Amino acid sequence: MRFFEFEAREVVKRAGIPVTDYGFTTDPAEARKIAERIGGPTVIKSQVLTGGRMKAGGVKFADTPEQAEEYAREILALEINGHMPRGVLVDPKAEVAQEYYAGVVWDGTRKQPVMIFSPVGGIDIEQVAEEQPDKVGRRHFSNILPLSEFQAKEVIASTGVTGSALNKLVPIVTRLAKLFVENDMTLAEINPLGQLADGSFVALDAHMDIENEARGRHKKLLADLGVGDEETRQAREATPFELAGEQVDSQDHRGVAGNVTEFDGNLGLVIGAGGGSLTLFDAVRAHGGKPANYCEIGGNPSVSKACGLAKLVLQKPGVDKIAVMMSIVSNTRVDIVARGVIKACIELGMDPAEKIAIFRIPGAWEEEGFKILEKYGVDYADRSVSLNEAARRAVEKIQGVAA
Amino acid sequence: MSILIDAETTFIVQGITGREAVNLTRECLDYGAGAKVVGGVTPGRLGREVHGVPVFDTVAQAVAHRGAPIYGSVVTVPPAFTKDAVFEAIENGIQLVVIVTERIPRRDVAEMVELATLRGARIIGPNCLGIIVPDTIKMGGIGGPARNAAQAYTPGPIGVISRSGGMTTEMSSTLSAAGLGQSTAVSIGGDAIIGSSYAELMPLFEADEQTQGIVIYTEPGGRMEAELARWVTEHNSRLPIVAFMAGRFMDEMPGMSFGHAGTIVEGKEDTATEKIARLAQAGITVAERIEDIPEMIRAKIAEREGATQESAA
Repeated sequence: MRFFEFEAREVVKRAGIPVTDYGFTTDPAEARKIAERIGGPTVIKSQVLTGGRMKAGGVKFADTPEQAEEYAREILALEINGHMPRGVLVDPKAEVAQEYYAGVVWDGTRKQPVMIFSPVGGIDIEQVAEEQPDKVGRRHFSNILPLSEFQAKEVIASTGVTGSALNKLVPIVTRLAKLFVENDMTLAEINPLGQLADGSFVALDAHMDIENEARGRHKKLLADLGVGDEETRQAREATPFELAGEQVDSQDHRGVAGNVTEFDGNLGLVIGAGGGSLTLFDAVRAHGGKPANYCEIGGNPSVSKACGLAKLVLQKPGVDKIAVMMSIVSNTRVDIVARGVIKACIELGMDPAEKIAIFRIPGAWEEEGFKILEKYGVDYADRSVSLNEAARRAVEKIQGVAA
Repeated sequence: MSILIDAETTFIVQGITGREAVNLTRECLDYGAGAKVVGGVTPGRLGREVHGVPVFDTVAQAVAHRGAPIYGSVVTVPPAFTKDAVFEAIENGIQLVVIVTERIPRRDVAEMVELATLRGARIIGPNCLGIIVPDTIKMGGIGGPARNAAQAYTPGPIGVISRSGGMTTEMSSTLSAAGLGQSTAVSIGGDAIIGSSYAELMPLFEADEQTQGIVIYTEPGGRMEAELARWVTEHNSRLPIVAFMAGRFMDEMPGMSFGHAGTIVEGKEDTATEKIARLAQAGITVAERIEDIPEMIRAKIAEREGATQESAA
C-alpha cells in the first residue's frame, strides 16, 4: 500500500531523519496559517497517489501566505490523472545547495534489501542509473545480521561523496534502511534529500510503500497516520461491483471465490485458480472475447460462495453468458463449483444450459460434477479440452448471441 | 532419477493437525510408493496421531523419535507463525522445507531464505503446492488426492517448474496426455520472494540424467525470468526449455496485481512482453498455447540430440 507524501514524511520524521517544518491540510485558510507560521516563501504540493503532479500544476511556489491560500484552493480542486488530492502539503521553500537521492528496495533475485544512494537527486533514479551509472551506489544488506552504519558508509562513499557530507549522510541512510525493514516496506525513498547552504541535510520528499500482507503488524502506525483498514490504495479505486465481490468472498472463511476486477465486456467469467485465471483471461481475449470481469476461485470454496460469485457476475449489466473454467483442480471440488453456478442460475430464474456457455473444470470429484451438469444440460468439458479451447468455445457461443 | 526428493525421502508436516494438512498427509501417504511421513508437529498436541503419523510438540522431538536426521518438512502453519516454524525446522537439521502458507510478508520470507542459505538448507515456496516425482512420491498438496495426482502426472523426461500450483498440474497433464512424462514437477510459489527460483533449480535438473527438457510456467512481475535467461546463457545448458507466459493482459494494467502476490507490473522489466523477449533471446521458446508445448519441447529435444550426435560423429 502506497503512502501519501505527508504520511511518508511523518514516517521519515519518526525515524529521526531531519524534515522541513511542513504542514498538511485540506483547508485553504489553514494553508495560509501554516504559511504564516513558516514565515517566508512556501511550496504548495498536491497530495495525490500518482506521478506527474508538477507537470499537471499540482505544485506551486507561493511568496506570501495569501498566495499560499490561493494556490492551496486551486490545487485542492485540481484532479490529476483521475485522482482528487487528499489535501495539500505546505512546505518551506528550502534554499537547496545540492539534491541527493537515498532509497531502499527489495532485490527479489538476491532476496535481500538493497540500499541505493546517489549524489544526483531530484530526478528519477532509473534515469540517473542509465545516464551516470557511476553516480549510483548499491549495496545489499543482510536480513538476519544486525544493520550497521558501515554499510551505509560504503554505499555513499562508492559514489565519490566524502568529507562532512559523508558523515552527515551515514546516519540518514542507515535510519532509512532501518525504517524500511521495521515497517515492512517494499519501497522507502527520499528524493530529493536536500543539502542546505549550511551543509545540513533535510528530506524534501519521500515515497513509501508498505507490504499489504504485513499491514496487520503495523496497526499502530497506520492508525496514527489515519489510514483506515478499508483503504486498499490499489492503482485505481475499487468499483461497487468489485466491492460486492469482496463481500461474497468474506461470507465464510472456506476457500476463495472473489478477487474480482471489473471489465466492460459481455462474457462473465467464473474462473480459477491463480495461474488458471491469468491463462484463461488471456485466452478469452486472444479469441476476440470481451470479458466482463476477472476473478478467482480456489481452495475449495463452499457452494454458497461459488453461487454468490456466479450470481454477481450473472447480474452484471451487459453480461449475456458466463464461462465457468478452471485449470485442473485437486483441492477445489468440481461438483461443489457445479452446484454453486447452477444454483445461481436457477435462483435468478435463468436456464443454466443457456446461461453457462461452457463449464471446463476437470479434477477432484469430476464424475459427480459432470453428472450434475449433464442433468441440467450444461455444456461441459474434461481435461482433454485445453483451457485455450474452452475459452474459444465460450467466445464462439457469445458471439452467436451478439450476432 | 529425480531432483530434490525420491522414494527414500523422509519428511515431517508442521501444522499437521490443521484441516488442509490432514488431507495433505493422507494424499502423500497414499501416493506412489507411499511417502515416509515420519512425524507431524503441532505445539500442544504431543501424543496424537494423524493417519497413523505421530504428532509432536517440537521438531526436535520428531527427530529424537526417528533416531536419525529427517530430510524434509512441509510447513502449513498460519502466516504469522511460519517464520518461527521454518527456523525451527532448519535449526533441527531439516534440509528441504516446502512452505505451503500464503500471504507471508516478504521480510519474513527473506529471513527464512537467508537462514536456509547459511545452514545449507533449501526452501521451496512459500505459497506453493510442493514437489512431485510421478508414481514415486509427492511432498505437498501438489496434484491433490493420490488418485487425481496419478491421473495427471506420469514418469518421463520433462522437468516442470511453475509459479502456479494449479498450472503445474495442468501443464503436466497436457504433457502426460501427449506421452511426455515428467522427471520431477516443482511448484515454486507465486510470491515476490521465493526460496528457489527457476535458475536456482536448473543446476539440479542439469545434473539429473532422466531430465531431457524443461517446461516452465511464468507470469508478469519480478525478475525471475530474466535471471533464468541469464543462467541459461552463462551456463550453456544442455536442457532445452519451453515457457508459457500467462497474464499478458496485465501489461495494460500497471500497478495492479492479479493471481499471485508476486504478479505486479512495476517497471518495464516486469511486463509479459519484456519477459518473452528476454526468454527468446536466451533461446527459450515461449508457447502461445499450452497444447502446443509437447510438440515444441519434443522438437527441441530431438534437435539437441541431433546436434550432439553430429558433434560426436
